[in-house]
Amino acid sequence: MNALTVLAADEFKAPGLELFDIPPLWDGAPYWLTKPVVLAVLSSLVMVVLCWSAFSNPKLVPRGIQNVAEMGYMFVRDQIARPFLGKETDRWMGLLLSIFLLVWMWNLIGVVPFLQFPVASHIAFPIVLAASVYLLKIYLGIKHQGVIGYFKNMMFPPGLPKFIYFLLAPIEFLSNLIIAPFTHAVRLFANMFAGHMILAFFSMVGFWFLFEKLTPLGAPVGVVGVLMTIAMTGFELFIQFLQAFLFALLAAMYIGGSLHPEH
Amino acid sequence: MTTAATLLAVEGESPIMPHAYELVVGGFAFLVVFLVVGKILTPRIQKTLAERTEAIEGGIKKAEDLQAEAKSTLEEYRTQLAEARQEASRLREEAREQGAQIKAELREEAQAEARRLIEAAHAQIEADRQQALAQLQSEIGRLSTELAGRIVGESLEDEARQRRIIDRFLDEIEARPEAVR
Repeated sequence: MNALTVLAADEFKAPGLELFDIPPLWDGAPYWLTKPVVLAVLSSLVMVVLCWSAFSNPKLVPRGIQNVAEMGYMFVRDQIARPFLGKETDRWMGLLLSIFLLVWMWNLIGVVPFLQFPVASHIAFPIVLAASVYLLKIYLGIKHQGVIGYFKNMMFPPGLPKFIYFLLAPIEFLSNLIIAPFTHAVRLFANMFAGHMILAFFSMVGFWFLFEKLTPLGAPVGVVGVLMTIAMTGFELFIQFLQAFLFALLAAMYIGGSLHPEH
Repeated sequence: MTTAATLLAVEGESPIMPHAYELVVGGFAFLVVFLVVGKILTPRIQKTLAERTEAIEGGIKKAEDLQAEAKSTLEEYRTQLAEARQEASRLREEAREQGAQIKAELREEAQAEARRLIEAAHAQIEADRQQALAQLQSEIGRLSTELAGRIVGESLEDEARQRRIIDRFLDEIEARPEAVR
């Protein structure tokens, strides 16, 4: 931020990609010890601790944090896992719950004051999760349908006129094996990236016009910037939850699809 | 310093290119979360949820059993009550019949008694009448004889004859029933 004010001393400049290019925490720190790395580990640990305090010794009659965590568990089970996994829901709940909570936590850190950086806006983090799900999807598909069966079910769904397959087979192959994992990761990344950019833009507007260059004409713009920052933070909270939900939902869908090709 | 480095880096780095170290850290974080939350904690909460479902279902089952039991007991009581009512009405009917019978018997007895008393009274009256008649006959004979002796002025010497006259006289009187009754 100081960089911006130094560079463009008189003119407002909207924040850009430099928001996401973060140096190591201090001069001379290891090159990998950056804010996103620290936040990724920190938020994961917070999540682990929260879950541990909720579920380490679960009671038949839930109290306090167990109640809250159970709501999360039920949500993942009933809204994410059940529709795609049916009877096998319980077997995959561990993975899906981990994915959902981890992504949500990584996103949420984007609006925690002073930390304020969504981990998933660095594409490496969504890629790790999407790649894990992708490998699991292919492994399960081959395990449950056989190598030939898996590709046959994927590329040649039964009950269509023959000439359609010339078109459909490559499309299905592309969409299942290349596009799906890519969009799985990029959807989360892009949403968090854009959300962070929007928040940074509006807060920058507020800061610039109310503190850096307070003028009678600029002040209302600054006020709008502050109000929009607040509103967009609320919206961002919703998007963060929605993206975590979607990410886990797609994971459940891929797993379910590999277990039961007919779906 | 850092500012310049940052700006330079912007030129070279695309946000779509992952940093290798972030892949490692992300993988590590995911692994930790998956092992703790997915492998240790999820089975625990699943067990608890299953137990809770069981407890609730057990409670419902118990309540259902109790309700069924209460229902059967109520049914039993109702049956018993109905039986008791029937029994009572039967007893009442019986008592009424018995009462009627006793009343009829008493009445019959009383009538018999009354008849017997009347019979006895009749017999008594008849006997009294006979006695009175006999007495009257002898009295009338004596009075008539006396009267006849007084009228004739002499006593009839012949006893046998005298008797015959009296008898004839009495027969004549008896021939006129209104005279006696």
